[in-house]
Amino acid sequence: MTLQSEPVIVNVGPQHPSTHGVLRMRVAFDGETVTDAEMIIGYLHRGSEKLAEERTFTQVITLTDRMDYVAAMTNNQAYVLSVEKLAGIEPMPRGVYLRMISAELQRIASHLMAVGFLLQDLGALATPLMYMFREREDILDLFELMCGARITVSYHRPSGVFQDVPDEFWGRLRQFLDGMPAHIDEYERLISGNEIVLSRMRGVGVLDPDVMVNASITGPMLRAGGVDWDLRHRAPYEFYDRVSFDRPIMDESDNYARYLVRVYEMREALKIVEQCVEQIEPGPVRDPDVPFVLRPPVGESYVGIEGPKGELGFYLVSDGGISPYRCKVRPPSLLNLTLLREMVIGLPMADMIVTFGTVDVNMGEVDR
Amino acid sequence: MIGLGLFKGLLVTLIAAIRGPVTVQYPDRKVGLPGAAKDAGLSLPRFLVKRPRDAARAAVGMATVEDLVEQGPRFRGQDFNWYEDRCTGCASCAKFCPLGIIKIVTSSSGKQTAEGEVYDVDVFDIDIGRCMFCGICVEVCPYDALDMGSDFERAQYERQALVIPVDELRRKKNTPSTWFRPQLESAGYDPHAGEELTWDAAGRHEQPSEEQLTERWVDER
Ligand code: SF4
Ligand code: SF4
Repeated sequence: MTLQSEPVIVNVGPQHPSTHGVLRMRVAFDGETVTDAEMIIGYLHRGSEKLAEERTFTQVITLTDRMDYVAAMTNNQAYVLSVEKLAGIEPMPRGVYLRMISAELQRIASHLMAVGFLLQDLGALATPLMYMFREREDILDLFELMCGARITVSYHRPSGVFQDVPDEFWGRLRQFLDGMPAHIDEYERLISGNEIVLSRMRGVGVLDPDVMVNASITGPMLRAGGVDWDLRHRAPYEFYDRVSFDRPIMDESDNYARYLVRVYEMREALKIVEQCVEQIEPGPVRDPDVPFVLRPPVGESYVGIEGPKGELGFYLVSDGGISPYRCKVRPPSLLNLTLLREMVIGLPMADMIVTFGTVDVNMGEVDR
Repeated sequence: MIGLGLFKGLLVTLIAAIRGPVTVQYPDRKVGLPGAAKDAGLSLPRFLVKRPRDAARAAVGMATVEDLVEQGPRFRGQDFNWYEDRCTGCASCAKFCPLGIIKIVTSSSGKQTAEGEVYDVDVFDIDIGRCMFCGICVEVCPYDALDMGSDFERAQYERQALVIPVDELRRKKNTPSTWFRPQLESAGYDPHAGEELTWDAAGRHEQPSEEQLTERWVDER
């Protein structure tokens, strides 16, 4: 006979450090087991979409930095691609390669954060996270050389990037590319075979691929469920059709698979950067004829890219003026968060936090 | 075998422990006796003789030296550099700042140049308490009169103290960041070395023509 106890409602967050930001989860517990969970979002809402309506198309780039603040480069990229489509701008090849290099480096940085904080959620306090931060720091240093900022980069511009990278950058990038595979091996030695990690993450938080597809889940989470969906491959934007890379697919759809997909994706991102470095040729990085104050023709555009967390899209409507009439973001974090309730019901409290960690949400992007 | 994975992981942490730190202590780093002597620019024996008190402090591990992380020359920092003689008071920077935090008040100077009348700039205040260091003001300045700086330590007790007033901008030694100034970069200029630059070096020399300016700003794309 099982005893049913009175459900206890616990508010996790909004300032709880293990919630990756200011998410509030109202969770009903039966003893240690989650019986219901409700996500309450909006604590980081800054109205970016509305603010975009009164800024010029170039000024909005600064707002996109602050949406997913651990992956600013990919946000820039998605927005700029959408503007280019809207205004019919042809980007400069060197600029496109630089955008790809920066975006792939940003993907690695974002996955490092995801994996690091996932371990933090598992209870491996601080130490493994610092291993990830060590390499993330290298990437941020590269960004600083590129564009003078580490987090809020504002580097991409319609028709290319803001400024060509300094010569010093290529040497530092080579150093990073040579060193990084060994570091990823190090993470794998540290985590992948660890029995505690395996027993805590295998078979936990399993999601049905069909449910995920119906709920518009994208990114590593979907690929960990055996669905081969990567926009870089399915609908190549920029020059992703010129580079070859593998798409890591796992079938288990559990927490461990989501972790592994991210680790493999880091390796693939390195391969892409490597190929971009080979293919890039000297030339202008930006079309000088593209004015600072753009006036795209009346119309609308949507471009979705494969961001580190999933499909990140910008839907822009122009009424012929200097600022977007409407700017709608499709944030992967928000949509990936929608299935969390289904994942955590029936799990103990500690596993709920880990499951939340593997979704890899960024609250800046969820609330915008 | 159960426990092998754990052991492998522990080996990684052990190696990391032996390898030494990658972190930097900010703003001061603790140094021992040799480090303190090097910081003072003396050889160890001379340091011991000449500065026995410092040497004693260093010997018990109390000496520190300033340590900063290397910063890229493009770093977009807090101390703006402004070339007043080049600034025409056109207020492009104020207009295109996404946050509208540059306050400019101009008055007619009566001076005529080939490019038109030059305004006197009476107020040019930048409220860096709200600045996000995007660099757009630098990008849009048609006369290259404004540059980013590379300073980043500007904690204050009051919000008002975060406003850079025009007098400070006038007084300041101009050490512009190489953000949006590629010619400085190819010249190998390092803003952190503290070498002052005049506008002749900091600005771009190919000044845009009237048509180019019109095209750039009022293109009806
Ligand atoms: S850096 Fe950006 S936010 Fe700061 S004053 Fe310039 S335009 Fe405004
Ligand atoms: S845009 Fe340049 S010239 Fe015009 S007011 Fe600003 S600093 Fe002066």
